[in-house]
Amino acid sequence: MKIVVLVKQVPDTWGARRLNLDTGWLDRGGSEAVIDEIDERALEAALAYQDSNDAEVVALTMGPDSAKDMLRKSLAMGADSAVHILDSRLAGADLAWTARVIAAALTKLGYDLVIAGNESTDGRGGVLPALVAEHLGVPLASYLDSVAITADSIAGERSTELGTMSVRAPLPAVISVTERTAEARFPNFKGILRAKKKPVTVWSLDDLGADAAASPVRSVVLATSERPA
Amino acid sequence: MSNVLVLIETAPDGSVGASAAMLLGAASRLGTPVAVLAAAPGSAAALAESLGSLGAERVYLAETDSVSSLLLTPQVAALAAAFTALEPSAILVANSIDGREAGARLAVRVGAGLLVDAVDVRAEADRIVASHSVFGGSYTVESTVEGGPVVITVRQGAMDGRAEAKVAVVESITLDIDATGSTVIESMRPLPAASDRPDLRGAATVVSGGRGLQSKEKFVLVEQLADALGAAVGASRAAVDAGYVPQTSQVGQTGVTVSPQLYIALGISGAIQHRAGMQTAKTIVAINTDADAPIFEIADFGIVGDVFTVVPQLIDAIGKRSGTS
Ligand SMILES: Cc1cc2nc3c(=O)[nH]c(=O)nc-3n(C[C@H](O)[C@H](O)[C@H](O)COP(=O)(O)OP(=O)(O)OC[C@H]3O[C@@H](n4cnc5c(N)ncnc54)[C@H](O)[C@@H]3O)c2cc1C
Ligand SMILES: Cc1cc2nc3c(=O)[nH]c(=O)nc-3n(C[C@H](O)[C@H](O)[C@H](O)COP(=O)(O)OP(=O)(O)OC[C@H]3O[C@@H](n4cnc5c(N)ncnc54)[C@H](O)[C@@H]3O)c2cc1C
Repeated sequence: MKIVVLVKQVPDTWGARRLNLDTGWLDRGGSEAVIDEIDERALEAALAYQDSNDAEVVALTMGPDSAKDMLRKSLAMGADSAVHILDSRLAGADLAWTARVIAAALTKLGYDLVIAGNESTDGRGGVLPALVAEHLGVPLASYLDSVAITADSIAGERSTELGTMSVRAPLPAVISVTERTAEARFPNFKGILRAKKKPVTVWSLDDLGADAAASPVRSVVLATSERPA
Repeated sequence: MSNVLVLIETAPDGSVGASAAMLLGAASRLGTPVAVLAAAPGSAAALAESLGSLGAERVYLAETDSVSSLLLTPQVAALAAAFTALEPSAILVANSIDGREAGARLAVRVGAGLLVDAVDVRAEADRIVASHSVFGGSYTVESTVEGGPVVITVRQGAMDGRAEAKVAVVESITLDIDATGSTVIESMRPLPAASDRPDLRGAATVVSGGRGLQSKEKFVLVEQLADALGAAVGASRAAVDAGYVPQTSQVGQTGVTVSPQLYIALGISGAIQHRAGMQTAKTIVAINTDADAPIFEIADFGIVGDVFTVVPQLIDAIGKRSGTS
């Protein structure tokens, strides 16, 4: 089974997080960049399956050059390889474009299961997995508090404001996990050494073709202001 | 005026979700509000009519048997059918778990843009502008979508305006749903009946408890103070992780953002991720045994003390003041 985990680089939540007042974009110099805690849990769900099953785990990110450090950490935790979508044209990409690009990369890469965090700690959109699943035309089982992976399906518990449900989807599928799923393992020394030899593939927009092009409909930031302290 | 679609979420018992009134109110400021509802055949005709009282001018009722068995696919299909029929300028959904996902899938399906977690919306000349409150209220961002229609997820409890009641025109269609490519709902357990306490989002007073409460049994103290004040109950992530309260009560970075008149933090250290969800409260009161706890840095009133000693006295004093004990 090929499991692709979507990992995003975010500002460390332990520091002050800032927006650039001119662009409305994240001020990436404002605080240390780390792998989002929720995506570590997504990776953990994949690695826990790999612990006792035959599975290949790939960490995929779209992000600036600095995101490669976070990919290294994913590899040190246990991912087999990583894909970095890196292209300066993507700076400030909105949700719609991000989803198109990630979906195009997944199609190129191939996958049986895609695991994402339910909601990033910076953008907090909580929609990217849904956008990607719709592009790929596969089932979405989102906001899972628990994850049970089998060779041909995925099941879990999902809690909303209205109640808790048990859901199941056939593979291939996209899922997202919540803070209720297991905490991530720490990379050990052996993992860190091994990570240095694992492959990281870098793709630009040109590598991904027309499906990754920006859509004509786009979201635009008009103004950003800071609350007086 | 252009049509503005609103996705109506329904509870397992068929009742209309709490976000409907706010969303229809917001839609009435942008165009003609159209409530879109996916429901089991024959189950929702009365409901559809009552949506007029919340401001829907039209109700688009999409009937399908699969509404309780397929995860959000019926809702997305209902929105997509309404989209084709009514050519809306905007589609509003709650920024709830289900609302976000249905909205996101629709946006891809019909090629609309997406603005998330809006706290306000307005129509401006030829565009729709959304305001967002970012990083725990530290920043306000205004955004719009260029080049096509927009799906906006609206933060629950963020907008007060309500639409005038209308006599809704109800239009029903039957949805033919292809179950392949859909996640199946195998079983559903509704939440226990809602308490009389106000909803955490939008409550004027919030009493939150943290790991300092020590156990689920002892967390009752938080609820008792909340009830004495007519407040909503919140919690830190540590309290949620320890199982004292459900995740829906979590305040903070990865929980609910609240902005009440009064926020009382009991046995909460005040980690930056917790503060991100409550720092815009008008008045913050903290009770903590540790005088160095970071929560005191942002508290307007602080009591260094044991919650199990201080809070019972506080409840007692409130009771005496209001003459109920
Ligand atoms: C404060 C703020 C507000 C924003 N508001 C909007 C808006 O209203 N509309 C809009 O179009 N854009 C918005 N953006 C831009 C948007 O956040 C980015 O496009 C971002 O790349 C994806 O959104 P998210 O982090 O909210 O995703 P979410 O949907 O919250 O992410 C969920 C999961 O998807 C995966 N994922 C997300 N991004 C990546 C990535 N780059 N690489 C790999 N995996 C990923 C991760 O597993 C993550 O846990 C906003 C950004 C910020 C910082
Ligand atoms: C990515 C990420 C996202 C997060 N999101 C959130 C979030 O949304 N919300 C959130 O809350 N946290 C969040 N956290 C966790 C956060 O960092 C803290 O761990 C958490 O807020 C601590 O909860 P607490 O204050 O209840 O527990 P602790 O930090 O353990 O504090 C307990 C406090 O209780 C006090 N105390 C103990 N006994 C008593 C007593 N008898 N009387 C009075 N006081 C007493 C102690 O002095 C201490 O200050 C997040 C963390 C990360 C990394």
